[in-house]
Amino acid sequence: MAAICSLYIINKSGGLIYYKDYGSGGRMDTNDSLRVASLWHSMHAISQQLSPTTGCYGIELLEADTFDLHCFQSLTGTKFFVVCEPGTQQMESLLKVIYELYTDYVLKNPFYEMEMPIRCELFDINLSQVVQKDRVVLLGR
Amino acid sequence: MQFFGGSEISPSPPTPTVSGNNAHMMYVFNRNGVCLLYREWNRPLHTLNAQQDHKLMFGLLFSLKSLTAKMDPTSAERGNLGVPQLPGQGCSFHSFRTNTYKLSFMESPSGIKIILITHPKTGDLRESLKYIYNLYVEYVMKNPLYTPGTPIRSDLFNTTLDQYVRSIA
Repeated sequence: MAAICSLYIINKSGGLIYYKDYGSGGRMDTNDSLRVASLWHSMHAISQQLSPTTGCYGIELLEADTFDLHCFQSLTGTKFFVVCEPGTQQMESLLKVIYELYTDYVLKNPFYEMEMPIRCELFDINLSQVVQKDRVVLLGR
Repeated sequence: MQFFGGSEISPSPPTPTVSGNNAHMMYVFNRNGVCLLYREWNRPLHTLNAQQDHKLMFGLLFSLKSLTAKMDPTSAERGNLGVPQLPGQGCSFHSFRTNTYKLSFMESPSGIKIILITHPKTGDLRESLKYIYNLYVEYVMKNPLYTPGTPIRSDLFNTTLDQYVRSIA
């Protein structure tokens, strides 16, 4: 079974700009994925308000019985989050790699409009390669 | 389903995961969202007044519960997002971590929610929360003078809780 179940990228205002499913129990339909993404955006913001100390940047890891959710927020407010099996390691580095791919193949694409859904072939190809590689590493352990 | 075993307090509390006092605060809510107990040990930052803070916390957990039920990759059958969940139903969420704190959450079958906020490096607190729930049953629910749904004013519960939280976190 795949270690990574799905990947979401949301822009700084909470709109879903990329969603990819890697074999979980049925793909979410478009409306639901959009709602989940914007709900996550607000949960992330509320968690900063409830912090007992200053300097909180929001939820990094959410743990449930059946999955873990790792979230990475870039400096410009774009959030990347993956849903994976509980206890999967090295998701932070995977998210950083995905962020690098995003900057290389999406932001440097002259036809890409900021904050709009991502439709870049090169990004898709490289992303699936990275996820495949990650799976092989996980299987090899 | 056996949820927490007997109502007896287990003779030895779960072993602490990290030593040193790093618990920030704790909330207890009932199924209607009334804050029964709020304890604060170490909280330098207050962004809101107490009532707003409790509401925000309850709202966050309410939404996170339906979010996690919706996102669950193992089950194809999911509820509708935003539909209130029954107490204890489909709640697989147990903690989240930010760079400044870790929130651990437990809900009993009757809808009592216990929330403990600690240092981000704290380990798994699920057993500790069950122990706190047992304390609640012993010192609050078994108190004949306590009316369910009202804020908890029991010195005995508070001192035992303080002692225990200091030992775990």
